[in-house]
Amino acid sequence: MSETKYLLFLGCVIPYRLSSYEISTRKVLAKLGVDVVEMPEFNCCGYPMDSVNHDLMLTLAARNLCVAEKQGLEILALCNGCFCSLNETNKMLKEDKELREKINGYLKEINMEFKGTTEVKHLVHVLAEDVRFEKIKNAVKRPLTNLYVAQHSGCHLVRPTKFVEHGDDPENPKMLKDLIKLTGAECVDYQDEARCCGNPIIGVNEEVPFEMAREKLDHMRVAKAEAMITVCPFCHLMFDLNQPRIEKTFNEKFEMPVLHYPQLLGLAMGFSPEELALNTLRVKPVKLLEKLRTN
Amino acid sequence: MTYEEKSVSSKFSDEIRHRLGGETIAFCYQCGTCASSCPVAKVTDKYNPREIIKLSLLGARKEIVAGDTIWLCCSCYNCQERCPQEVEIADVIYTLRNIAIQEGNVPDIYVAFAEGISNEGRIVPVSKFAEKKREEYGLPPIKPANMDALRKILQATSFSKIQFKKGEAQ
Ligand code: SF4
Ligand code: SF4
Repeated sequence: MSETKYLLFLGCVIPYRLSSYEISTRKVLAKLGVDVVEMPEFNCCGYPMDSVNHDLMLTLAARNLCVAEKQGLEILALCNGCFCSLNETNKMLKEDKELREKINGYLKEINMEFKGTTEVKHLVHVLAEDVRFEKIKNAVKRPLTNLYVAQHSGCHLVRPTKFVEHGDDPENPKMLKDLIKLTGAECVDYQDEARCCGNPIIGVNEEVPFEMAREKLDHMRVAKAEAMITVCPFCHLMFDLNQPRIEKTFNEKFEMPVLHYPQLLGLAMGFSPEELALNTLRVKPVKLLEKLRTN
Repeated sequence: MTYEEKSVSSKFSDEIRHRLGGETIAFCYQCGTCASSCPVAKVTDKYNPREIIKLSLLGARKEIVAGDTIWLCCSCYNCQERCPQEVEIADVIYTLRNIAIQEGNVPDIYVAFAEGISNEGRIVPVSKFAEKKREEYGLPPIKPANMDALRKILQATSFSKIQFKKGEAQ
């Protein structure tokens, strides 16, 4: 199994609603020598169905895992939710024989069988553990000095630690911070960094997640962050797409650009803002780009 | 009889314990660490994970299953990481949602998700417009999911039997 070749799992949301994440990821990975193989006919990772029917969630995830096993590749997920359900299912089915037999019973209907021969990684793990810091550092051509940003790792990249085994601190995640520092930018500390964006419940209640996101934006502003860095489409939609509505609801101005980590890294690697689809962000990073120009 | 007077191993808590994800519920000793770790509880007093666990243990099935509170968990796993009794709180709440949905308490958003899964195998529908945009960006096309296979999975896992409409919980 090649160390730098993965089956790319885009999930439901990124391909149609957040191309900027996909575009910047592909650009950066190609330049770092990481091969991605497209995943034909993928289905939902299962995450949205966990609340509905646990067996279905496991079986949807397991079908995707079977596709990866057949191709002999590890899965690279860009979304925290996809990473969570695919990784959790992979671990559970490997460890629990009874459960594996049950889910394989469902998969038999479609002539598939979970064997337990693949691994699931998030983009952050691939960059930090497989590509490694040295190589990323060498690829940085235009360090983003004097730029102050805040990380938002989101929840499922680091929790639950029962299934996420990459040694990051669930209360104070460091992996994304270290990756940010490689770009030359400063990664500021702020209050309650490990806290959730609120997006998972936005379909049932808007008030609560808006208040959760507002608090996070406020804490970042207090720490003087000039941008926020995310690694999940749901977190990104919450803070970028919804930011104008959050501002309106609370009668506050944040104007906090929200960049996908590969956009930040891409800028440091010398890609233009257009190549990284920065122009498609809802909160325009005007000041940030101006600062980088005059740096 | 009030809930407090009932035994903590109610019929409902047994039902939960015997489902995947619900196994740890009875370890709870009501310390409240979960509630004080919860980002949702921090911004609204409508939500309290300790209370959900308590009512479930005490057998308040209808209140939990037909109520709104279980849908407010963000599944952030903060509480679960900190619970001194290793109660898998977020997983227990998923289990409670599975039961609620079986009983007909289905928030609209899950009706929409279920439709997406049933029709396309994904929650965001394949669209010609979005495909065109992908082409403009130079991104490879997204193929439709294998619906023949997925329909069989939906049948096998009994998902197809769930009634996705709003109704009174039993
Ligand atoms: S933290 Fe654990 S033991 Fe304490 S109240 Fe919450 S579920 Fe119960
Ligand atoms: S998992 Fe749910 S109950 Fe636990 S802290 Fe997060 S939002 Fe609160």
